[in-house]
Order: sequence, then structure tokens, then C-alpha cells
Amino acid sequence: MSESRFGYVRVLWGMMLRDLRVLRRNFLPFATRTVMNPLLFVFVFTYVFPRIGQAFQGGPANVSYATIVVPGLVAVGMVFTGIAAVALPLSLELGGTREIEDRVLAPVPVEWVALEKLLVGGLQGILGGIVVFPLVYLVPATPVEVHIASWPLLVAVVLLASLTAGALGLALGTIVRPAQIGLMFAVVVVPITFLGCVYYPWALLHPIPWLQYLVLLNPLVYMSEGLRAALTPELPHMAPPAFLAALLLATLVLGWIGVRAFVRRTLS
Amino acid sequence: MASAPPLLISTLTKRYPGPPPVEALRGIDLEVRPGEIFALLGPNGAGKTTTVGIATTRVRPSSGTVRVGGLDALREPAAVKRLIGVVTQYNTLDRSCTVGENLYYHCRYFGLGGREARARTGELLSQFRLSERATAMAVTLSGGLAQRVQIARAIAHRPSILFLDEPTAGLDPQSRLALWEMVAGLRSQGITVLLTTHYMEEADRLSDRVAIIDHGQVLVTGTPAELKRGLGAETVVEVQADQADETLRSRVAALPTVREATLTAGGLRVLARSRDGLLPGLVEAALPYGLRDVAVHEPTLETVFIQLTGRDLRE
Repeated sequence: MSESRFGYVRVLWGMMLRDLRVLRRNFLPFATRTVMNPLLFVFVFTYVFPRIGQAFQGGPANVSYATIVVPGLVAVGMVFTGIAAVALPLSLELGGTREIEDRVLAPVPVEWVALEKLLVGGLQGILGGIVVFPLVYLVPATPVEVHIASWPLLVAVVLLASLTAGALGLALGTIVRPAQIGLMFAVVVVPITFLGCVYYPWALLHPIPWLQYLVLLNPLVYMSEGLRAALTPELPHMAPPAFLAALLLATLVLGWIGVRAFVRRTLS
Repeated sequence: MASAPPLLISTLTKRYPGPPPVEALRGIDLEVRPGEIFALLGPNGAGKTTTVGIATTRVRPSSGTVRVGGLDALREPAAVKRLIGVVTQYNTLDRSCTVGENLYYHCRYFGLGGREARARTGELLSQFRLSERATAMAVTLSGGLAQRVQIARAIAHRPSILFLDEPTAGLDPQSRLALWEMVAGLRSQGITVLLTTHYMEEADRLSDRVAIIDHGQVLVTGTPAELKRGLGAETVVEVQADQADETLRSRVAALPTVREATLTAGGLRVLARSRDGLLPGLVEAALPYGLRDVAVHEPTLETVFIQLTGRDLRE
């Protein structure tokens, strides 16, 4: 058994090499896709606005708005990459081109193929976050105060958040049909980013209690809050055990939904 | 394990719940022997693709068993997938990759290391005359070329049985001939092949043995020659006569050497043990019934199919 498990890992590795090769080939479109939204956002709201005498104040008075959105925008970068890197191609491969067949026929249980997609989505999510970070750090006209209080916390958050992003990409990619991709952006991607505690810390929602509780269903909330705790600890943020547990739960639930749907789509 | 047949299918059934529910397979039994080219011949919807789907672990049967090289395809799909190569009806090449990468990563999926995978890729590229296309993106290939890459990819991990599902459907005549040559080449390398087709000529030319399948059941299995001999006729005559009726039919059936005569849409089909002295009598009998044409040919697998089902393969 252990030998076959080892064999499965080799197969998985082969699939990851393939996905990374494709990523390398498409790096420019990948980076552009990842960067555009956060870049324009920080440009308008943290560069243009302060210069034309407008300003948001989404947190404590002594903290710039740029500082508040940095962790959130990195989280959006991760989620968006997870969706773009896994959900879009997977939806097409399962629904239209059937290209996934060659990997479905690889000598592993089909569940492992889905798992590989989740892991690669997570890996690309980390890359997405890394691509976004320097932009949101450097573009703002107002000072950005980022300091990492605890490296282990940052690593844990980034790992769990990237797995959540990969799991979300897998779940969406296996459930959404190619013709529904536009709809998916309108109904899933846009709402989770606007209601993902990206542009405001979760604690500050307390004047609107129903919203504060409703957004807890959104996995992006825990990614934003987790990165906030790791990168801008002086801002209000959730307690680490809460967001870590929530991210783990989100990964498991979304991953389970995604793997199940993947098996259903590839075996009849 | 070495003595286990490459493919053994027993009492396989598959019911798709629908709606409407479809009985795709109603108890299929097959045995494919080592080194042979085995054809599943039948019209569209006969259950060929479902059978291949189950044997290649992608479709779950309702009942019955499939053993590939002695392994249970239902219980040990991952191990079975090592033993099989699959070319499906549609192009499943990885469109984000080049031709060479399609082969290389396939090898990696089957556990080969980087160096081995590169070597195997080079081997396959030259064997299938694809070396010049190695860096072409898979998405740019024509149908015939894509099929060639798919076959190269399917045998890259040296499977013990190769499944070709309708390999020439949608190919132009030239590519079809090239593919037939390629399959014949596989046989000379000792690769066992199961192919499905609804072209009787394809089954006849390529296969060592044929199973004719219709409505989810195997009607008959044997070598093409055996199946044709089973008709008990050396000659088939297609008679075009607008007013052919039962009277003509029974008159023709009584002619010497005629084994059987059946009414068809535009006339009669006559199976005869020999053509000696057959035509004059036949023409004389059919003249008053608006005889327009008489075509004589040897029995084909199509004739066998018609005899078994009363229908044309293309219907």
C-alpha cells in the first residue's frame, strides 16, 4: 500500500509539473489578470483620492486606508488566482474539451486528480498573493505600515488561505458549466470580494450586525482577517484560532464538494 | 497473472437512469486474447462506447465484471489504468501543451522520471513521424494528425491493451488509411488492441476477431472469415426490382444454389452457395418485376450483420 501511495505521489507530481509548465507559458496573462484589479483599486483609492483631497477612513484614525486594504487585496489576489487558475480551465476541460481525460486515465484514483488541482490552485494562489503584494505596498501615496509580528502565523495563514483558494477554485470549476462562467463572476466572485472584509476590517462591521454575521459564510473574510493579523497586527482583526479553524473548515468543505463533483463529472 | 487474458468481460450490464432510462448493455461477454486486434462492430448506440468506458474504468457497470490482465477494473481502477491505453472518440489532447509535451507529461503521469520520459517522447515522436511537429501546439493539429498523437500518447506507457474507440470516425479517407496502417503496425509490435467501429470494412481489414454487437448484446464472435462462412453462402446478389413481392421472393428462393432470399427496400437480397448458373434464372424471374440492376459481391460483415438483425449497419 505504501508503495502505491508513493506511486500516486509521483503521478501527482507529474501533473503538477504539467500545470506549472502551462503557467510558465502563460505567465504574462496570468500576472496581468491577477494584478489589474488590485492595481487599479490601490491606484484610485490610495493614490488618487488622497491627492485630490478625498479619503476613506476604514479603521482607526492613525492608520492610513492603504494599510487597511493591503492584506485584503493580497487575499483577493489569492482567491482570484485560485478561481482563474483552477475553476476556469477545469470548467472548460470538464464541460467542453474533455482534455482532463488523459489525467483521469492516469494510474491513480480519480480523487487524486481533483486533489492535484486543489494543490496547484493553492500554489498559484500564493504566487498571486506574491505578485499583488509589492503593488499594494508601493503604489499608495499614503504610508503603508506593514510589519510581520509572527512569521509562523503568516506562514500558517498563507498556507491555509491558499488551500482555501484552491478548494474554492476546484468546487467552482467542477460545478459551473462553461456557459455559466460569466454568471459565476456576477453571482460568486464579485459578491465574495465586496463582502470579504477586504476594504474594511471585520470588527468594524458591528454597527450592521446582520451583515457582520452573514459575511462569516464567506471564506475570503478569514483570508483577509488572517492576513490582517499577520501583516498589520495593530489593526482590529479576528483571533488567530478563529480564522485558522475557519480556513481549515472552508478548505475541507469546499475540497470535499469539489472532489465529489469532480468524481461525478468524470465517472458515469 | 501472466496467463490472464488482456481483457475478460462477463455478463456486463449498464443501465443509465435517464430519464428516459436506457439499457445500454444487456449482458456482454467478451474475451480479448494477447496480441490480437479485436473489433467491436455495431451501429451507433449499440453499446460499444459504454463497454469501452467500463473496461477503461470511466463508467461504472450496473452488474457484471471486467478483468484487465486479471485485475478487477471496478475494485482496482488505479492499477488497471497502468495496463490500458485509451484513445477516445473525441480529441482529448492537452490543448495548452505542445505535441511533445503531450507525450512527455503523459509519461510523467505514469511515473517515469524526467530523463526516461524525454527518451520515450523522442522514441514516439520518431516512430509516429511526429518529430517535426514536436513543438507545435496540440490545438493546431488536423484531425488525422491529432489522432496519431493520441495513439502515440496512449501507448507511451507500454500498456498491455490499447482501446481505440471509433478511431476513424470523422477522419478523411486518406487519414483513415494511414490510421489502418498504424494499427497494423501496432499488431506487429505485439500490442493487443480492442477497437470499436461501425465501419464493417474497418473491422474486416484490421481485426483478427470481431464481435458484432447490437442493442447492448453480443450477437456473434469470431474471425471475419468464420463469420462470413457462417452465412453458408459464397455469393450475395442485390437485385433492384421495383415491383418485387413475395411471389418473386419465393420463386427466387426455389432456384438452385439459392440459400435464402429476402425482400429489401428496393428489391431482393439473395444469398447463394455458388454463382454457377444463378444469374440467368434470377434475371429471368425478376424481369417481369421491373428489374433495374443486379449487383454480385462476396459476403461481407455487413451481410452478416443484416442476416443477424434484419437491419443495415448504417440505419
